[in-house]
Amino acid sequence: MRKTMLALLVGALIIGISGCGDRPTVIYKQGKYQGKPDTQPWDNEQFKGDRVAWENAVKARAQGENEYNRAN
Amino acid sequence: MARMKFLCDAERCIVCNGCVTACKNENEVPWGVNRRRVVTIDQGIPGEKAISVACMHCSDAPCMAVCPVDCFYKTEEGIVLHDKDLCIGCGYCFYACPFGAPQFPQDGAFGLRGKMDKCTYCAGGPEQNFSETEFKKYGRNRIAEGKLPACAEMCSTKALLAGDADVISDIYRTRVTKRGKGSEIWGWGTAYGRPEKAAVQPGGK
Repeated sequence: MRKTMLALLVGALIIGISGCGDRPTVIYKQGKYQGKPDTQPWDNEQFKGDRVAWENAVKARAQGENEYNRAN
Repeated sequence: MARMKFLCDAERCIVCNGCVTACKNENEVPWGVNRRRVVTIDQGIPGEKAISVACMHCSDAPCMAVCPVDCFYKTEEGIVLHDKDLCIGCGYCFYACPFGAPQFPQDGAFGLRGKMDKCTYCAGGPEQNFSETEFKKYGRNRIAEGKLPACAEMCSTKALLAGDADVISDIYRTRVTKRGKGSEIWGWGTAYGRPEKAAVQPGGK
């Protein structure tokens, strides 16, 4: 009898605890991004948060696509 | 503020599929998913054109408008990205996109449709930059390295341009001004020399 009670108690505890693992329900707000925030491309060791440096790097890189700079 | 765009020069594309291969390799895109593809118009007819197509990162993206779970977002640089953790794989974005950019990996015996995958402009996704999770879900983050998408940088004829809209527009404008238009840029004259540039044959009239 005691063993049965103990088993029931353990079972109830397990069921009770498993409820704590539920993920919070996502409440959708129409028309607004619901996902995780993204980090900015300049927020890293290379650019150290310097947006202008990143923009300049990308612009310089784009000039590599212009062969008129090299050929003519 | 940078506004990142793709621009494909139809006069230069030689359908080498280098962009497709570069994208596949760089992002380790799974089998059956093509973030980029080359489309040929008027194939077999003289003057046929080809363009490389992927997500065009629309300024007013229809995929963003139709997504029922709002998993799309646009970065400050104008790159349209999405959160795969939120995507339910409904396929609405596929029907809304005029370029057929959203791709769905087919998985399992019954072709179960997975979460949407598309060109990220090599900018990763909403995970820590350069993390393994970001790479597995979205691919390489070249943008955070100060580089441009692999497809454009790999393009052998530089038909596919990527970068800030103003910068690539200037490159394209210069190109068009220098090379001319219409029959000046393809055909016999371009391939074998224009009559006015042809060398004078010795003894010729």
